[in-house]
Amino acid sequence: MSACAEISSAVLALGVALLGAAPAAGAGRSPAVAPPPARVVSINLCTDQLAMMLARPGQLISVSRLAVDPRVSAMVDRARGFRPNQGGAEEIFLMRPDLVLAGSYTTQATVSMLGRLGIRVVRFRPAYSLADIRARILKMGTVLGREKQARALAEDFSRRLQALRVAARQRPRAALYFANGYTLGDKTLAGQILTAAALDNIAADLGFSGGGNLPLEVLVMARPRLVITGTRYPGASRAEAILDHPALGRWRKGGRSDTIADADWVCGTPHVLRAIRGLARVRRAVTGEKP
Amino acid sequence: MRWRLFTLLTLLVALLFAASLLTGPADIGVTESLRALIDGKGGATVLVMREIRLPRALLGVMVGAGLGLSGAALQGYLRNPLAEPGLIGVSASSALGAVLAIQSGLAATLALALPLAALAGAVLAVLLLLLLSGPRGGTLALILAGIAVSALATALTALVLNLSPNPFAASEIVFWMLGSLADRSMRDVWLALPLMLAGGAALFSLGRGLDALTLGEDAAQSLGIRLPRLRLVMVAGVAAVVGAATAVAGVIGFVGLVVPHLLRPLVGARPSALLPASALGGAAVILAADIAVRLIAPERDLKLGVLTAIVGAPFFLHLIYKTGKEAP
Repeated sequence: MSACAEISSAVLALGVALLGAAPAAGAGRSPAVAPPPARVVSINLCTDQLAMMLARPGQLISVSRLAVDPRVSAMVDRARGFRPNQGGAEEIFLMRPDLVLAGSYTTQATVSMLGRLGIRVVRFRPAYSLADIRARILKMGTVLGREKQARALAEDFSRRLQALRVAARQRPRAALYFANGYTLGDKTLAGQILTAAALDNIAADLGFSGGGNLPLEVLVMARPRLVITGTRYPGASRAEAILDHPALGRWRKGGRSDTIADADWVCGTPHVLRAIRGLARVRRAVTGEKP
Repeated sequence: MRWRLFTLLTLLVALLFAASLLTGPADIGVTESLRALIDGKGGATVLVMREIRLPRALLGVMVGAGLGLSGAALQGYLRNPLAEPGLIGVSASSALGAVLAIQSGLAATLALALPLAALAGAVLAVLLLLLLSGPRGGTLALILAGIAVSALATALTALVLNLSPNPFAASEIVFWMLGSLADRSMRDVWLALPLMLAGGAALFSLGRGLDALTLGEDAAQSLGIRLPRLRLVMVAGVAAVVGAATAVAGVIGFVGLVVPHLLRPLVGARPSALLPASALGGAAVILAADIAVRLIAPERDLKLGVLTAIVGAPFFLHLIYKTGKEAP
């Protein structure tokens, strides 16, 4: 369904460019290529970050309010320079954008309302792998009319990623463990970060490819050397209490360690490289390998 | 006859306790798991048995016994077969107290604040109910007051959780409404145990008084029962037991209703015998329900209250129907 929406918005854009029929801003001035969008609003944390990296000054006018939340956003300082939005159709419409960037899981109602109001919306699927990141960077470049910058960023990303891949003598077993006992398998971005940092994901061994609930006792029996948990939120919840369960505490005392998946893990952007580097450091501390 | 019943119930609880220890997603053999539990050798297996399954089974016994016992005590004191901590809002008020303690951060600074806040919620609810339904606890007044107290407490619990800065808190409304023993630890056992023991002892001491009360208040007083004291002990006992149970396991309904009712004919309708029988029966019911939720949906944390309500609510309707027919 999200793919359909993506295709249909692409087809719509093409139609506007070729025929100059729709009363969209700037349409029809150039017979072959539509001018790049001039007022871009992003309503998804991950498109926020890609757009901030690629947009020309002044092109991006607003990012989602999550972009300034240090628990999930890797670009808080940059995001403070933009107007934050809550992602509601009315609020976005009043900003008079000529392009809205959304995630494929952004509220369907908001996106179709914006479409009815005549605003072009491009949706980005989340990155599920490191290869996806490259694809999303290039797509963002095309959408913003910044192909050259996007190609440079993608090349740089691939080169730095290649440099991080080192032959590891040991691949210790690790587990991603979040609130409610949620874990992630190898067909997820976090799972791929694990693999890239030369760790074996126990969730993948247990048959998880995407996300799912891993009972605490199965985790304990799988004996991972490293547990990676999520950023903790203020206030209290029983969902997060599982991360303080004495069974995990005892297990930590047995020479195992844990670390936190922070904002660098959330989105498919080059910041993922920072997550991989940090995790590789933790792996070396666990195995005692020299860098 | 009665000794046979108690022996049977004790055996049943022991069997279900063992079954609870042996039920879980981790694939561990029977002998291996029992050996790990007893001699503590075996790394991860010991952790699973001692830190995950043992507290779960222990809490099953404690929470079940507490709910069965307080159901029997409430029914005996009010001489009303529909009285039950879940139905009359005592559990929901305890949950509100517990949620306030957790979300205000009080429970993090002082662990005992959690069960004590739940106890405070329970005390308020019991007092409010006794005030509203009168000393004789007329069925209609009691149930209506219970519905109101329960609805208000549940709504306030949902409000507090929705306003929490923690994004996971709102989804925990389900836990507080339907209860669960998943992933509890020995910390929860030690937290609940003192209040449970104190409250349980208070409720067991009521046996003779409740026996006398079956003859009517005047007769009971002429037998030397001091009714105000009886009432005080009953309120404190129920609040302590239900508060402690709810603080660690959430609200689990209908156990205190069904168990005393099923056992009453078997103990000759004597409250003093019904109290221990209901404690054993309640423990068996919660242990069985907690085994069932793990077998029905192993990786989904199905809530205990779902099962107890599926069994208990039709039973409750049947009781209302019968009560309605008996009343003139």
